[in-house]
Amino acid sequence: MKKVVSIVIALMMALMLFAGCSKPAQSASAGATIKLGVLAPLTGDVAQYGTAVANGVTLFFEQLNAAGGINGKQVELISYDEEGAPDKAVVGYGDLLDKGVTAIIGDVTTAPTIAVVTESQADNTPMITASATAAAVTVSETGAVYTNMFRSCFIDPFQGSKMASFASEILSAKTAAVLFNTGSDYSIGLKDAFLETAAELGLDVISNESFSDGATDFQSQLTNIAAKKPDVLFVPDYYSVVALVAKQAKDAGLTATLLGADGWDSVLNTVEDASLLEGSYYCSGYSTKDTTEAVQTFVTNYKAKFNAEPNMFAAQGYDAAMIMAAALTKAEEAGLEAGTAEYKQAVIDAMKATNMDCVTGHVTYDEFNNPEKTAAIINIVGGDDQFWGKF
Amino acid sequence: MLFLSQLINGLQLGSIYALVALGYSMVYGIIMLLNFAHGDIIMMGGYFALVTYAASSNPLLAVVATIVGCVVLAVAIEKVAYKPLRQAPRISLLITAIGISLFLQNAAQLIWTANSRAFPSTSIIPSITFKVGGLSISLSVLVTIAVSVASMVALTFLVQKTKMGKAMRAVSEDTEAAQLMGININSTITFTFVIGSFLAGIGSVLYCCRYPVVNPTLGSLLGLKAFVAAVLGGIGSIPGAVVGGFAIGLAEVLFTSIGLSAWTDAMVFAVLIIMLLIKPTGFMGRSMTEKV
Repeated sequence: MKKVVSIVIALMMALMLFAGCSKPAQSASAGATIKLGVLAPLTGDVAQYGTAVANGVTLFFEQLNAAGGINGKQVELISYDEEGAPDKAVVGYGDLLDKGVTAIIGDVTTAPTIAVVTESQADNTPMITASATAAAVTVSETGAVYTNMFRSCFIDPFQGSKMASFASEILSAKTAAVLFNTGSDYSIGLKDAFLETAAELGLDVISNESFSDGATDFQSQLTNIAAKKPDVLFVPDYYSVVALVAKQAKDAGLTATLLGADGWDSVLNTVEDASLLEGSYYCSGYSTKDTTEAVQTFVTNYKAKFNAEPNMFAAQGYDAAMIMAAALTKAEEAGLEAGTAEYKQAVIDAMKATNMDCVTGHVTYDEFNNPEKTAAIINIVGGDDQFWGKF
Repeated sequence: MLFLSQLINGLQLGSIYALVALGYSMVYGIIMLLNFAHGDIIMMGGYFALVTYAASSNPLLAVVATIVGCVVLAVAIEKVAYKPLRQAPRISLLITAIGISLFLQNAAQLIWTANSRAFPSTSIIPSITFKVGGLSISLSVLVTIAVSVASMVALTFLVQKTKMGKAMRAVSEDTEAAQLMGININSTITFTFVIGSFLAGIGSVLYCCRYPVVNPTLGSLLGLKAFVAAVLGGIGSIPGAVVGGFAIGLAEVLFTSIGLSAWTDAMVFAVLIIMLLIKPTGFMGRSMTEKV
């Protein structure tokens, strides 16, 4: 009797084993859709960024699917809300893989993205973030590049380098001054990149002044700078500091053209008199004022679908989707099967070789998988932000 | 020429510190309270000016509203928060002052949000820059220095030559003896708060005209530095607060102009520590013997 029971149990166990096997075979044979994961905080403190990115991604794939998808296959988006928490993002990554995604768009903020990339590196899952700007997202602490990780936004210091080139090549500046915040990584990063590029281009930085975080008085630094009469003054900090600098620069008799980066966004709401910043330039990843057709079409379509003005995160989300779709197309064209290791590698190789026009600019990748792309230059003219052009 | 420009920058910054330090010193002199809410009254003053100007577009009205607003607020704080604690240990009073400071900051954040706001400085003091030789001096710098000096002269006159000033000095010297001599302690203390916050109101307008961005934490660092200035000059001493204010302002600018701007704040507080070690009573403070 005991023998009979044990044989039955053994048979049942064997059956269960086969049942477990049958599942992947089923999904491999389906193949009519390409499953793509979207990892983003859709609720919680940073939900505003997550939803903007997810909206941009959704918009792109809706358009793509309506136009016939990739290689005749529809792209199925599976999103996971990680609430802005690194641990939940890692759980979400596992969940998305279980659901059979072949690549991931995400994450949105820096800390969760870093948490996920250390996991996804082992699986070689292609990933692209639309908005995580820290250098550590694509490069590990040991300096090794995460080969599967890309981004559609530029890293912060890149803007410093952009503005140095802009000053030298477009404004024909010969001398420059820098005023930066010693208590901000953002400010220091931009300043270092500016100095490096300035040295390469022969732009002479004749004055390098700093202030501590929270300072409101820049009078003595600006007096020193004004005495040296530089052509341009680079102020890599946020708008509330810029508003104070603009006023005091005028009082100190400074005539240099002021230059800034995306921290200047909405500075005209904080400066009491816009004429103080007349003629200044700053760069930004994206501007709705951008008159190029790609941006205007995107803005119109986005407004039609979401009834809101697309911000930088939405535009970069759209671009991340565009870059990913192009890479998926290459892998499909090679006749590979979605979800396989070869397919993933093909997607990664295709992303690395990206060379295309996106909404926020023309994108190619450098050795650290950071995009080398054009920035939108904003010129303050007549008390208003005017789109100067791409640079 | 560069040195001269920096000297003017230092005088300008110093005169604002001096005005604020006076408020600290006078209140300390009379009730031995380090009024840490003083900086935040200046912050509130900035918002009063902003709101009044936005509603009326009248710069004079904005200045008056700031000063009146600061005085009313300070007197209200004195009546509600400090007066009931007059017999309490001094530490209770100090903690209350810190509480008021936090209360004001958070109230401002609740009412006007944490975003920085533009202050209409050029509407109050026109943006004119004078060029004298190679020197460029803005009108706001000249106005700041002139108004501060005038306020200090007026204050000295008030304290030294009027009956109320005499009462203030008497209360400061010995509260109980003054009371026995028939001086109304309550009204004298209130008057001191009125004068201190009147100066804070002036300081608020001048500060915001030089640094035209208002936010709820505007007063914290300004208040701390003015407090250092008051201690440096000798807390409780009116000329001491003025000397301390100018000393801190000039030292800050000097330090920054030689390229050590990252260390400026550290230097200010290091000065405080050194002063307390060498001469705890400050430049002009009276040495006080603990009454038994």
